[in-house]
Amino acid sequence: MEKIHPPKIYWTNCLWLMALLALTWCLGYVNFGVFNLPIALFISFTKTILIVLFFMHIKGSSRLLHLAAFTGLIWLFLMLLLTLGDYTSRGWVSMPK
Amino acid sequence: MSEAVARNILAEQFDDIGQQHEAAKLGMWIFLATEVLFFGGLFLSYTVYRYLYPDVFAAASRHTEVILGGANTAILLFSSTLMALAVRASQLGRRTHLIWLLLGTALLGMVFMGVKGFEYHKDFAEHLVPGVGFQWHEANPGAAEIFFWLYFAMTGLHAIHVTVGIVVMLVLAVLAWRRRFEDGNYMPVEVAGLYWHFVDIVWVFLFPLLYLAGHR
Repeated sequence: MEKIHPPKIYWTNCLWLMALLALTWCLGYVNFGVFNLPIALFISFTKTILIVLFFMHIKGSSRLLHLAAFTGLIWLFLMLLLTLGDYTSRGWVSMPK
Repeated sequence: MSEAVARNILAEQFDDIGQQHEAAKLGMWIFLATEVLFFGGLFLSYTVYRYLYPDVFAAASRHTEVILGGANTAILLFSSTLMALAVRASQLGRRTHLIWLLLGTALLGMVFMGVKGFEYHKDFAEHLVPGVGFQWHEANPGAAEIFFWLYFAMTGLHAIHVTVGIVVMLVLAVLAWRRRFEDGNYMPVEVAGLYWHFVDIVWVFLFPLLYLAGHR
C-alpha cells in the first residue's frame, strides 16, 4: 500500500503554486526584453515539478514510474530541439545554384 | 493477497494488490506521455511561429484576457488540490469526503469552462477568431491570425480534456456513492487524479505562452 500523506502537504503545495502563479502574473507586467519568456517558462517548470512530485505522488514512487513520467518530456524536448535546429539554421548557408 | 482476492479486487493476472496498483499507474503515466506529445505538436507549432514572428505574437497576446486567464489558472490549481485530497480520502475509505471532493473538482472544472466560454465570446465579438471575419489593425495580420489559430487550437484541445475530466469526476462520484471504492480499491480515483493534474500542468504552460507572450 502506498503511504497516505497528511492533508497539510497538499495545502502547502497549493499555497506555493498560487504564489508562483502570482509571481508569473506580476512579472508579466515587467519588460525584461528577451528574458520574459525564459523567466515565465522557469516558473512554469517549477510549478510542474511541484504538481508532479506532490499531487501526482512521483515523490516516493518506484523507479519505473519515474522513468515513465520522464519519457513524454524527453521526446518532447527532442522534437523541439531537432525542429528548432532546422528553423534557426536555415539562413546560415545560401542555397546552391 | 488472499484478502484482496476475497474482496474481488485483485485481477487474476497479478501476484498481489501492490503489483496491480503499480500496473494501473504505469499505464496512466504511459498514456500521459502520449498526451504530452499530442499537445507537443501544438507547442512545437507555437514555438516555431513565435520564433519567426516574435513581435506579432507579443502584440497579439496583449489582446487576450489576462485577468480571466490568470483566474482560470488559479481555479485549476485549486481543483488539483481538491483532487489530491480526493485521492487521499479514497485511500482512507472516507466515502462522504471523497464524493464531495470529486464533486468540488468537477464544479471547479465547470467554472473554468464557463470562464473560457465567456472569453471565447469576447474574442468572437472582437473579431479575433481566425477564418470567421478575423480583423487585425496592427502589423502583419497573417501572423496574428496564426497566433489566434494556435490560441484556439491549444485552449480548445485543453478544454476538450477538461470536459472529459469533468465527466470522469462525476462518474467517479456516482461510483463512490455506490460504495465502489471501499476496501482499498482506490486505484480508479488515483489514475483519474493523474489525468486531472496533467490537464492542470498543460494550462500552467498555456497561461504564460498565450496570455503573457509579450509583457503587458
